[in-house]
Amino acid sequence: MSSTNPSTTPRKSAKFDDYTLSEIRRAAATGLYDIRGAGAKRKVPGLDDLLFLGASMSRYPLEGYREKCGTGVVLGSRFAQKPLELKIPITIAGMSFGSLSGNAKEALGRGATLAGTSTTTGDGGMTPEERGHSQLLVYQYLPSRYGMNPDDLRKADAIEIVVGQGAKPGGGGMLLGQKISPRVAEMRTLPEGIDQRSACRHPDWTGPDDLAIKILELREITDWQKPIYIKVGGARPYYDTALAVKAGADVVVLDGMEGGTAATQEVFIEHVGQPTLACIRPAVDALQELGMHRKVQLILSGGIRNGADVAKALALGADAVSIGTAALVAIGDNDPRWEAEYQALGSTAGAYDDWHEGNDPAGISTQDPERAARLDPVAAGRRLANYLKVMTLEAQTIARACGKSHVHHLEPEDLVALSVESAAMARVPLAGTDWVPGRGDQ
Amino acid sequence: MCGIVGLFLKNAELQSQLGVHLESMLIPMSDRGPDSAGIAVYGPADTDKLKLTVQSGAAETEFPELQRAIQTRFSQAVDLKIIETHAVLQIDKAATEAVGEMIHREFPGLRIMSRGESVEIFKEVGPPAEVARRFNIAQMSGTHGIGHTRMATESAVTTRGAHPFSTGPDQCLVHNGSLSNHNNLRRELQRQGVDFETENDTEVAAAYLSYHIDCGLALGEALEGALNDLDGFYTFVVSTRTGFGVLRDPIACKPAVLAETEDYVAFGSEYRALVALPGIEKARVWEPEPATVYFWEH
Amino acid sequence: MALFDLQERSLRELNAELHRQAALLQQGADADTEWEVTNPRGSHAVAVGIDGALTVNVRGSVGYYCGGMNQSGQIHVEGSVGPGVGENMMSGSIRVTGDASQYAGATGRGGQLVIEGNASSRCGISIKGIDIVVRGDVGHMSAFMAQSGNLVVLGNAGDALGDSIYEAKLFVRGEVQSLGADCVKKEMREQHLKHLTGLLERAQISDVRAEEFTRYGSARQLYHFDVDHADAY
Repeated sequence: MSSTNPSTTPRKSAKFDDYTLSEIRRAAATGLYDIRGAGAKRKVPGLDDLLFLGASMSRYPLEGYREKCGTGVVLGSRFAQKPLELKIPITIAGMSFGSLSGNAKEALGRGATLAGTSTTTGDGGMTPEERGHSQLLVYQYLPSRYGMNPDDLRKADAIEIVVGQGAKPGGGGMLLGQKISPRVAEMRTLPEGIDQRSACRHPDWTGPDDLAIKILELREITDWQKPIYIKVGGARPYYDTALAVKAGADVVVLDGMEGGTAATQEVFIEHVGQPTLACIRPAVDALQELGMHRKVQLILSGGIRNGADVAKALALGADAVSIGTAALVAIGDNDPRWEAEYQALGSTAGAYDDWHEGNDPAGISTQDPERAARLDPVAAGRRLANYLKVMTLEAQTIARACGKSHVHHLEPEDLVALSVESAAMARVPLAGTDWVPGRGDQ
Repeated sequence: MCGIVGLFLKNAELQSQLGVHLESMLIPMSDRGPDSAGIAVYGPADTDKLKLTVQSGAAETEFPELQRAIQTRFSQAVDLKIIETHAVLQIDKAATEAVGEMIHREFPGLRIMSRGESVEIFKEVGPPAEVARRFNIAQMSGTHGIGHTRMATESAVTTRGAHPFSTGPDQCLVHNGSLSNHNNLRRELQRQGVDFETENDTEVAAAYLSYHIDCGLALGEALEGALNDLDGFYTFVVSTRTGFGVLRDPIACKPAVLAETEDYVAFGSEYRALVALPGIEKARVWEPEPATVYFWEH
Repeated sequence: MALFDLQERSLRELNAELHRQAALLQQGADADTEWEVTNPRGSHAVAVGIDGALTVNVRGSVGYYCGGMNQSGQIHVEGSVGPGVGENMMSGSIRVTGDASQYAGATGRGGQLVIEGNASSRCGISIKGIDIVVRGDVGHMSAFMAQSGNLVVLGNAGDALGDSIYEAKLFVRGEVQSLGADCVKKEMREQHLKHLTGLLERAQISDVRAEEFTRYGSARQLYHFDVDHADAY
């Protein structure tokens, strides 16, 4: 055609977008699935789609300062002799030493302790440093059983049996050779430098009927002192919660697809597991139907970022929330000060998720001593504590504005939704209407 | 997730004790299955008669009505025995169709739990010990029986959802585990004309076996087919008019213990279910191999 | 010898008592170190979390997780055991005169587990240093993902022995139905014969010789992902 004829504007495909094209090329070149860290990155319905109503003619707000808005929460009151008493309804989620550097774990422990809350070990066991720095420590009990031992079990404040996590419900742990340093190898009883293969099922029980017996064993070993949590990903929240209660849990931890991981296949993160928002109401339903709401506590995680998220999760029925990714950002993950290094790694600040490679410029998801030294655990701990305090104050501000003297008094009726999906998932009306989509019986 | 038990008597002298032993096996399995319980007992059979076990959600009103209806129309041909929320009808084989039509037309609320020459099924919501007491299981006698205590996983806790499931004459199934392709299988069987009452995965397994038996396969062959067609984790205990079978999936994570003496073959999800059986200390006790059909027949 | 009848008293009392005695022992105080437990009748979690040099004789069969996380205790079961006997054991010993159900010695980190009868499937799954000796057979998927420690089988092994094994050592005297991914037969050299002889001696087994066994272990092909081995996953 001659150059005077008009042509259409070049158009990229929504289906075969730049990211997809690059992934196909990468798979063709390497023959390996893409592995990365963090949680689901694509947009899904979430807590941002919900809004609080606030006080008005029929509801009256609380003044700041004198008119207290309580934030304390007790976890594990069902069976344990020593439930956990937290000052704030936000905990630090399980992340392993191995996936994180020792300095990062120390920072998390310091920050959580300053804020009056707990941290959680991960798929590598308990380090003395973490037990030393964390006033309240939850010890994860995972399929791999790396480092598992009764002395640490007795030193823990609570035990979290991991059935799954939001990034990969049905998947196991993953740690590549680059991060199996001598210390990590020793803790996990693996040869140094090899790729860790992890089990996705527990080695000595399958199913809630056997889990009930396993919980009995753990309680007997620890003389019924410690709360037992069960953590599940966002698969079948209604049944999973009911079964966790029937198996004997004190606390249920529910992690939606936005929840992070140190490393797993990209397809797992983005395509398996439901959004956090979709998990909450079914889980609360199960608790209420069993007469266990607030008796078996529900901790929600997966993309919790600010006090509004905290308040919304509690309003929908959770007792507390847990943060992973957000805590890492608070202590310095993906900080723009390392931009030159992110670029050299083929990424940019805010997008860097190749945590499995162990090259983290921020010194968080690495075992390399030089990089890890960039993180000052004391300063980073202070940052985490600041962030936790801000989240708590934000949640209190919202709760006070809704007339609540405790954040647990927030209810679904304090909320409306901006979209049909979020209204259906949260089971609150679409703003400006009486309509709660998806309730066939109403 | 659940507890399952089964007892197959080789020694006829133990038949009057069948219920006592089944109850002793069922109760220790309550921790594994606190929601509901059920048993299938293969009692004395009259070859001219067919037994129907029915359940009513309104037993107090419905059973007297059923009794009156039978009295007026079938008094010679039907014997009715009421036990709590269940009733066992013994029907002259010649009258079966007519009775079936009457129930279908006039008592649509009745649930048919089992049909066969010998089997009677009793299942209800509630703790197993209570269910056992309500049906007076300890008084029951027969040649073999299977039982189940339920912890509902993906479906509701209802009477219908309780096991054993019976989808063919004198055929029963109890299941510990969780299937993963039962929804597609259910749809395929529905297309072949099979009816389902629940969303339960166990009902699909039972219907699958009955369907293939109906098509001419022996139970053992149907169980072999199940290994290929059913996906998921399962330990099945199956019973027929004369026999008793056990099957574990190829991965075999769900527990299973068998015990055999000269007098009986017993199955339990845990050894605890077997401790009260006579002669258990001397029994041969073993765990069935994965993907292997075990079957005993009178 | 202290007596405990599980028909008369509760499991909680038993374990609490055993923990109390172990604590007394640690403090150097007078402790009841010898225990006889009767009428277990298939109970679960018997003698779990022992943390001291106590000797516990269990007369009868038990349920799941007998001796779980045992540390320094000597546990003797006259009967059979349910799933997970000695799971995550740290040290000490457990001996079972009868059979063991699935997952015997699962994730065990140390000590010695001896099964005089047969063990079932997944014996030695994910072990991290324990020594397991089975006089009879072991079932399918035994030593699955076994990281370190030893599994010695005088009888036969079922399907998929040592599937995805790391560095644990397997010695089988009878037939192996099939080997799992990355598990291969290995040469029995002088050092291995000596090692196995030591294991048999510590298990008080003297009616077989190390030469009668075949050694199995990791081919180490799955230590780093290689797309050409993708079928193994």
